[in-house]
Amino acid sequence: MEHYLNIFVRSIFIDNMIFAYFLGMCSYLAVSKTVKTSMGLGIAVVFVLTITVPVNYLLENYVLKKGALVWFDESFASVDLSFLSFIMFIAVIASMVQLVEMVIEKFSPALYSSLGIFLPLIAVNCAILGGSLFMQERNFHNLGEATVYGLGSGVGWLLAIVAIAAIRERLRYSDVPAPLRGLGITFIVTGLMGIAFMAFMGIKL
Amino acid sequence: MSNREPLFSDKNRKLIFNPLGKNNPITVQVLGICSALAVTVKLKPAIVMALSVTIVLAAANVIISLLRNTIPTRIRIIVQLVVIAALVILVDQILKAFVYDVSKQLSVFVGLIITNCILMGRLEAFALGNKPWPAFLDGIGNGLGYGWILVVVAFFRELLGSGTVLGYHVIPDSWYIQNGGFYSNNGMMILPPMALITVAVIIWVQRSRNKSLIEENK
Repeated sequence: MEHYLNIFVRSIFIDNMIFAYFLGMCSYLAVSKTVKTSMGLGIAVVFVLTITVPVNYLLENYVLKKGALVWFDESFASVDLSFLSFIMFIAVIASMVQLVEMVIEKFSPALYSSLGIFLPLIAVNCAILGGSLFMQERNFHNLGEATVYGLGSGVGWLLAIVAIAAIRERLRYSDVPAPLRGLGITFIVTGLMGIAFMAFMGIKL
Repeated sequence: MSNREPLFSDKNRKLIFNPLGKNNPITVQVLGICSALAVTVKLKPAIVMALSVTIVLAAANVIISLLRNTIPTRIRIIVQLVVIAALVILVDQILKAFVYDVSKQLSVFVGLIITNCILMGRLEAFALGNKPWPAFLDGIGNGLGYGWILVVVAFFRELLGSGTVLGYHVIPDSWYIQNGGFYSNNGMMILPPMALITVAVIIWVQRSRNKSLIEENK
């Protein structure tokens, strides 16, 4: 149990998608003008990451890895399909996003109308593919670890975008040097937040 | 064929040079920042990354531009993703074969070229509506515009953070404090947040030179 908590906290604070790896920066910069919309996008990202990372984990370990197809037939022990992982992951993500969109539309129209435009955009959000690729690189031992990692990195992303949106709402009333207005100051603030987040480094549970 | 447009007409030359300056993908269009910042600790991976993105972008632009009249609009995003993913797999395999150490340093970021917003952005905005040759030039231009920011950021981060350029020591050994000198590397520059701040400084310089890019205070 502690082990899962460790992965969860690590992926939120230490390996934060935005502050440590800059993943999903494009939507992070484009959608962080108000807290409300950034909350919507953040929740959608958490949702999709929690689903796609475990699905891709199964795909990686039972289809793509070297010798992963042994469960199907002994003669496949030397087959290595890992070069296909990019295209398979992106296909899984695109279809999952579509599926999630349809399910939400059917069962919760209220949530659908608030997430609406963001869901399709998420298919090309680097944070989602990044989550799956980091999962592949870190060799998690079981499905549970991968799920917790997906959830944690989603929550970390949500935290980052809501925080920057709140800061940007305030920044509108401050006197920023003209050439830095908008994009420039957002970069600097993100950098400073990143430095603050580095204080979490080295925490072990 | 006498009235055919020359290969490098004014319009085509603009396609290459505009993205380098006043229409830069990173500092003005705000595309492709995701992968841009993480690979800039050292100069060498940054150069490799810039070249990979330029090649993938130019090739994807040409392919999509050739297919533009046959792709149904409803499924164009999937088609674009498949084209990009196939090209990225090629680049990834080539990097693994020829420059294995750099490919290890770039780790997941080669794969992340697939979801790099520059690619989708340029395909949607340009390749779907233009002929292959201008699309190719647009791809090269935007790739280089992305690349030079990467290289500049990486140059300063490597120089100030590790005292090297492309792995060669440029700060004399006798300058360092442990050798009785006055100089010490700025460890801060190696940390991820400094990449953001370095890009912010580039934006600052660019926008104070070119006033038309300054954003309105909303």
